[in-house]
Amino acid sequence: MSARSERSVIPGFNLSLGFTLTYLGLIVVIPLSAAFLKTAGMSWSAFVDAVASPRVLASYRLSFGASFLAALVNCVFGLVVAWVLVRYSFPGRKIVDALVDLPFALPTAVAGIALAAIYSKNGWVGQWVEPYGIKLAFSQIGVFIALTFIGLPFVVRTLQPVIEELEPELEEASYTLGASRWQTIRRVILPDLFPPLLTGFAMAFARALGEYGSVVFISGNMPMRTEITPLLIITKLEQYDYRGATAIAVVMLVVSFILLLFINLLQRWSRRHHRI
Amino acid sequence: MASAIPQSLTSRRTAAPPARRATQDPAWVRWVLTGIALVFLGFFLVLPLAAVFAEALRRGVGAYFAAFVDADAWSAIKLTLLVAAIAVPCNLVFGVAAAWCVAKFKFPGKSLLITLIDLPFAVSPVISGLLYVLVFGLQGWLGPWLQEHDLKVIFAVPGIVLATVFVTFPFVARELIPLMQSQGTDEEHAALTLGANGWQTFWRVTLPNIKWGLFYGIILCNARAMGEFGAVSVVSGHIRGETNTMPLHVEILHNEFNSVAAFAVASLLALLALVTLVLKSMIEWRHARSLQGGT
Repeated sequence: MSARSERSVIPGFNLSLGFTLTYLGLIVVIPLSAAFLKTAGMSWSAFVDAVASPRVLASYRLSFGASFLAALVNCVFGLVVAWVLVRYSFPGRKIVDALVDLPFALPTAVAGIALAAIYSKNGWVGQWVEPYGIKLAFSQIGVFIALTFIGLPFVVRTLQPVIEELEPELEEASYTLGASRWQTIRRVILPDLFPPLLTGFAMAFARALGEYGSVVFISGNMPMRTEITPLLIITKLEQYDYRGATAIAVVMLVVSFILLLFINLLQRWSRRHHRI
Repeated sequence: MASAIPQSLTSRRTAAPPARRATQDPAWVRWVLTGIALVFLGFFLVLPLAAVFAEALRRGVGAYFAAFVDADAWSAIKLTLLVAAIAVPCNLVFGVAAAWCVAKFKFPGKSLLITLIDLPFAVSPVISGLLYVLVFGLQGWLGPWLQEHDLKVIFAVPGIVLATVFVTFPFVARELIPLMQSQGTDEEHAALTLGANGWQTFWRVTLPNIKWGLFYGIILCNARAMGEFGAVSVVSGHIRGETNTMPLHVEILHNEFNSVAAFAVASLLALLALVTLVLKSMIEWRHARSLQGGT
């Protein structure tokens, strides 16, 4: 009953919902359905040929593998960064905190050419490892470096609020009961941080899967070796293979949507976990 | 580890305030972790940022500014500003409308609507561009009709605008929805009871309450709109002086081994990113409460 009375008092429901749905339909829903309808017109064998040829499979291996590793590394270092930013104070902490969002704010193409410059053989970092025969840029390591850069803020920003809200009473209780600091961290703190860590991992992984701009400058883009899936979509488009490009895009879209669903469930679980 | 146990014993004996000891890591742990965090961030954040400016200024200030004399660079800058000037207001109006209906009303399917609004963030930028090629391209649904009427969307400015609108779609909405939900409807009810009409209520009551959240959404939306690369790359056609935005111009210069010019244009985008971060942090520090909907 209260819902109905609210609806009648505050104006603009029809206008705002109508505009929202129209705009959403035109910008998001219709173009997205175009991809699925285009693929629905393909025969099954043509679809499998398009999405499972050796070159495409190699690109999945690289995209999924490098994204997974990058998200994993971000979990480890992101946890340290988030912990340090919330729990410790040191000069310049606020600036460091603000800088964590740089990968969100810096255009991916700029990040791409900067990373390529640093890690190529004459670059600030590249020149020190090149003599040992390690190639950072224009190799699979380069893809991993770019994806780590891109995913960094997701883990830190998901963890920070949760660390801030950890109840000191729990740590004190654990200390009073005779646990060492390490036991407290392992048994009391880390279990609380696990859901947001997993959420951050999934977000960083999802973002890395679709990333294009920061990767193409540092990866070298060699077919079968350093070609990520988004680049392969562009290559197919440039060859006017619209169906092939769309078929791969649909596979990636389905993966993204599953990840999105997973992240939503995780966040719900995380919130409930937190309240108890 | 071995040294940690006696240390904790001695501290108990000397009656250090247990609340502090219990939630604090030993000094060496603090130093090591802070060191690890700073080195990691140094490698992944500070170094790339510094490299942009170092590479841009490698041949001196003269070569740096020479990069902007180029007519193509100017047209790229102008196009980027134009695209952002269209895409950001579109998503701003949408964000406010979406937040209004989601936060102030109850209706079935609301969580589905919120998920759909977030969807563009889950889509790879390259695929976002491809979607518009499928709708407006020559092979696409509207392509033949557009060609008949001599209209160009793909490989032209409208396509770039559309792709940018898509990738920046959720920014304002996702900032405003939780904010307006937490603010509730009490103040709007009060205004309406006192005789204000709908628009007056929105301009005088709702808007002042959400202005910082709105500004926050706008600067993030704008940063992404000006910096978008993948989606725009697919629909632009890369015509120099016509359909190249700044990020695309950076790519062309980079591929032509014109490193100084590429990094010079990139440095403008890096400055934009820094200004965005500064504004964002200032809002977070000064108006943290109004971002979370505290009244």
